Amino acid sequence: MTQNIQFIPGSDACIEGALYAGCDFFAGYPITPSSEVAEGLAAALPKRGGKFIQMEDEIASMACIIGAALAGKKVMTATSGPGFSLKQEGIGYACMTETPCVIANIQRGGPSTGNPTHVAQGDTMQARWGSHGDHSIIAMTASNLQDVFKITVEAFNLAEQYRTPVILMFDEATQHLREKVVIPEPGEIEVIDRIRTKIPVGEQYYPYLTDANGQRPMSDFGAGHRFHVTGLHHNIMGFPDVSPANVDALIHHLVDKIENKANELARYKEYYMDDADYVIVAYGTTTRSAIQAAEDYRNQLGIKVGVLELQTVWPFAGDIVREKCANAKAVIVAEMNMGQIVNEVKRVVAQPEKVFFSNRVDNQIIKPSDIKAALRMITGKGV
Amino acid sequence: MSDTEFDVKKYIRAQFFPQMWCPGCGHGTVMGALLRAIHDLGLDNNDVSVISGIGCSSRISGYLDFNTAHTMHGRALPTATGVKLANPNLKVIVPFGDGDSTAIGGNHFIHACRRNIDITAIVMNNRIYGMTGGQYSPMSGCGVKASTAPYGVPDRSFDLMELAKGAGATFVARTTVYHAKEAQNTIKKAIEHKGFSVVEILSMCPTQFGRKNKAGEAPQMMEWYKDNTVPMGSKKLADNPDLIQRGVFVDEVAPEYCETYQENVIDKVMKKG
Amino acid sequence: MAKGKSIEHIIDKSWCKGCGICVHFCPKQVLELNSDEKAVAARPEDCIGCKLCELRCPDLAIQIIVKEGE
Repeated sequence: MTQNIQFIPGSDACIEGALYAGCDFFAGYPITPSSEVAEGLAAALPKRGGKFIQMEDEIASMACIIGAALAGKKVMTATSGPGFSLKQEGIGYACMTETPCVIANIQRGGPSTGNPTHVAQGDTMQARWGSHGDHSIIAMTASNLQDVFKITVEAFNLAEQYRTPVILMFDEATQHLREKVVIPEPGEIEVIDRIRTKIPVGEQYYPYLTDANGQRPMSDFGAGHRFHVTGLHHNIMGFPDVSPANVDALIHHLVDKIENKANELARYKEYYMDDADYVIVAYGTTTRSAIQAAEDYRNQLGIKVGVLELQTVWPFAGDIVREKCANAKAVIVAEMNMGQIVNEVKRVVAQPEKVFFSNRVDNQIIKPSDIKAALRMITGKGV
Repeated sequence: MSDTEFDVKKYIRAQFFPQMWCPGCGHGTVMGALLRAIHDLGLDNNDVSVISGIGCSSRISGYLDFNTAHTMHGRALPTATGVKLANPNLKVIVPFGDGDSTAIGGNHFIHACRRNIDITAIVMNNRIYGMTGGQYSPMSGCGVKASTAPYGVPDRSFDLMELAKGAGATFVARTTVYHAKEAQNTIKKAIEHKGFSVVEILSMCPTQFGRKNKAGEAPQMMEWYKDNTVPMGSKKLADNPDLIQRGVFVDEVAPEYCETYQENVIDKVMKKG
Repeated sequence: MAKGKSIEHIIDKSWCKGCGICVHFCPKQVLELNSDEKAVAARPEDCIGCKLCELRCPDLAIQIIVKEGE
């Protein structure tokens, strides 16, 4: 059998991943640099009976996918910059109502309109804390387009499995990059659908009751179970309940269901890490330059530099980062912002004073030379 | 159509009654009219989805034994759009307040009208933000007293029916809770209508609007609807143009969004292969 | 009471909030609020079964059952 090999931009890798995962509903609003995802799905979804709708604004498109998810669809929206800010209301509602959905945030320069056509990673903390109130979230990213495909499939799987919004934190650079992507055959990557209740229609169904397997099986609007969802604090029946004990249990559930699974949810890659004396922690596009810097140091100076690429950004894989950095003489966190994940790394490693920071916030990609400048400062040797 | 007697308990989650609204709040009357309309149409509870926003009126969804969502402030219509487009077999009804529909959700309202998606919007218009303490809404009207308009609302009065018409809703009607039977029949027609339907129902808020504007208790506020509204085109309008018209202002056939998407997009591209 | 009709007034007192809408608008003054501010059919024999009270009751507390007689 011939492989399905494509030479495509990152937006298409994301689209192909969404389709592979079974996405059948997309609502969106045009915004650079995420619009290509909407354009591609506008063309692709109806071919397989799926639906695309361009809504009147970012807020509406977020609300719309939540509605479609309640009616049983696997849903997605894509946005960027100010659009991601506008989506936070709906993201919070999806967290609270435990509605599976995928939000691709193709990061660009900010704050405000910032720079729509250039790269940044300034939304990392917003992905975690952008919506008000205590909650947890899954956010993922990738540095090459084969992984963009794979991580997009994973995002849908985890959204359905964990009944949560999952945010894809790609960026302008991966979005507009073109690379070879091998589209796997159906079945090569597992596709997970939400667990639906086995309660017969007519019997009492509790939309937020955790079963013996730790799951909260879902039903669809129209499937006969007639449940209620609300953004208010609610009980296992989905009805408003603001009694302290109930609210306490609800908030703990929303946070714990994700934070307690941080190790299981952690997707990461290691490059030259086996014997690394120096570790570069990177995510998204930044990883590419980190790998180059590590290779240059190894090949030209014999200094053992490794790269730990975080594909799951949230929940933060604290245990894994601590373990992987345990023997490092120094850790460099490379990101295209003023310091967001670096503080998480400092928080979890044994010796935070050994954590250094390499960044760029000038709309330009971090280059290997930027990271090497940090390595030179730390090691006293440069290439 | 149903030939059985109306039994309210078939359509509500009775465990939550008495409902939370203040004594004499018109929203309960709207709820009754809605349930009777659903009964008249013989709809199965499983086939109805009620999506509301935030505010006093929007608490209605929790009381109704359908597929229900109490969503975000102003976002009932886009959420309902997702539900309807995902499952066009559902009868999707959006009961919400005047602040929800015309202020924070005003943009969504325009675009739901424009798309002509088969959703029934029921605007429970009490001309005030009740739940937050009686602030003025776009529907309050010039001169009305509110907690944020102690000297009277300076904004010009606003007619939701004109907005709905202008934005392209294909069924546009107004009634009041005094005219409860008319409200029931209007909602029934609106649900039957294929396309986006808007029913504005004037519904009194004795607690916030009533007290601040010395409008009396609930029965007096209901009387006001009797005395100050007339059927559309009534001869009384010539003598008193300030009277509020009731009736079905628009009822026309136009392509419905979900059907258009199915026929002009999905069916076409699938045929092409 | 209208000839040949039997009319039953079922008022759920736990749902009634005593707003007085039913009392105010009853065309035959059948209804009253009792000392607990709950609606009661004080003169059921005068009822014509128009059901305006049931239709307007915001609390969904009133059910009027009209049976046509022999």
